[in-house]
Amino acid sequence: MSEKPSDTEILEGLAEIVEEVAGVATEDVTAEKSFVDDLDIDSLSMVEIAVQAEDKFGVKIPDDELANLKTVGDAVKYISTNA
Amino acid sequence: MSNVDVVITGLGATTPLGGDVTTTWEALLAGKNGIRVNDKEWVERYDLPAKLAAPLLVDPTDVLPRVQARRLDRCEQIAIIAAREAWADAGFELPRDEEAPVDPERLGVVIGTGIGGPVTLLDQHELLQRDGLRKVSPLTVPMLMPNGPAAHVGIELRARAGVHTPASACASGAEALATAYQMIQNGRADVVVAGGAEACIHPITVAGFAQSRTLSTRNDEPERASRPFDTDRDGFVLGEGAGVVILETAEHAAARGARVYGRLSGYGMTSDAFHITGNHPEGVGQIKAITNAVRMAGLSPTDVTHVNAHATSTVVGDIGEAAAIRKALGDHVVLTAPKSALGHLVGGAGAVESIITLLSIYYGVIPATRNLENIDPRVGLDVVVGEPRKVELTAAINDSFGFGGHNVALAFTAA
Repeated sequence: MSEKPSDTEILEGLAEIVEEVAGVATEDVTAEKSFVDDLDIDSLSMVEIAVQAEDKFGVKIPDDELANLKTVGDAVKYISTNA
Repeated sequence: MSNVDVVITGLGATTPLGGDVTTTWEALLAGKNGIRVNDKEWVERYDLPAKLAAPLLVDPTDVLPRVQARRLDRCEQIAIIAAREAWADAGFELPRDEEAPVDPERLGVVIGTGIGGPVTLLDQHELLQRDGLRKVSPLTVPMLMPNGPAAHVGIELRARAGVHTPASACASGAEALATAYQMIQNGRADVVVAGGAEACIHPITVAGFAQSRTLSTRNDEPERASRPFDTDRDGFVLGEGAGVVILETAEHAAARGARVYGRLSGYGMTSDAFHITGNHPEGVGQIKAITNAVRMAGLSPTDVTHVNAHATSTVVGDIGEAAAIRKALGDHVVLTAPKSALGHLVGGAGAVESIITLLSIYYGVIPATRNLENIDPRVGLDVVVGEPRKVELTAAINDSFGFGGHNVALAFTAA
């Protein structure tokens, strides 16, 4: 993306990725949701989501950072800060 | 003789003739053909001499939810589809929350495959080479591993008594049923979900089989290409498919009032120790497998009146099997060769053909062998041709043999 995306745009983009990879309806992907506990996403799917998010938002998400992204909101904040 | 009475209470399959057991069985009785011209562009790109295949009639990605399908190799997809059908056919609900219809500690899974997920392996290798590490799926290993189909079925149906994967090439599906039978006889399980699956139609497998000169090249006549026991046979047609059955102790089945298709009463499993692909000239391993199955079932050779033959339509294999059957059982048995319609489902073959054998016993009808116009005089046995044959069966054998010299015979008897 040429311009830095807004948090809303990041959330929408993440929701599309989560829907594609894990089949969670986009409207269920909201900031307070935990990837593991609320959205039932396993560690393998998290890797796929991270790779797709890197491509979509032009960020790097190293494994030690990925481990800290517990909620959708955590991911939005990380991408917003690092994009 | 075995001490536990083992019955079959559920059947599931997806094959080149149909997306389920009923469609497959009815197509087989109607004499339909599952073999097609392989229209993939790579057939011409590599100038493959064998231009035929027996693809699934119903694509598994049209059956499974999208997200589940993308996490599974095609071989895993079809094992799950066949297992769900068999499970429901046996009258079980899927496990949910705390409720499981079969005690998980007493439920096993045995699903064999010849090769597992080579298409995933090759696709992911291509991604690695082209786009680098990041594009390799984290699901690569669970998708390509040959125990993947069995493991996924075990998770879905909640089986904790053991999940196993026999790999004996084209005998894998039959070996799975024999292994399941052992699990029950050994007291490890009351119910076992058993079968085989294969989905490996890919340029490298077709090229490899073609180079071993085992595939039919009757490219202009797909419907006539697979012709077991016929004088003009020239090899098998590679197919894809899965079959799964529910094996259960008769006691467990009776306690819940389950419908019983028939019994698995014995098996024989031997090995040739001769050649990696070739048949033993005297067929001693095949004869012994059949003989052992009959003996374990407490039968005499004259009790067995039908053999669902392995008969792949190769020049050497079909004749060797016919000779082994004559020696093991006598010349009274009636044969059929379902690969004439289904093609060769490799690791799925023994399981799908076991289902056909069981249905022949259950309904008292043997499907005809397609394309048997001039029987090879060396067969020396009655092979059903033309119309299906109505005949009451009390005991039948299903033969399955695999590259490596694996010989499996299963003895099924009427309920």
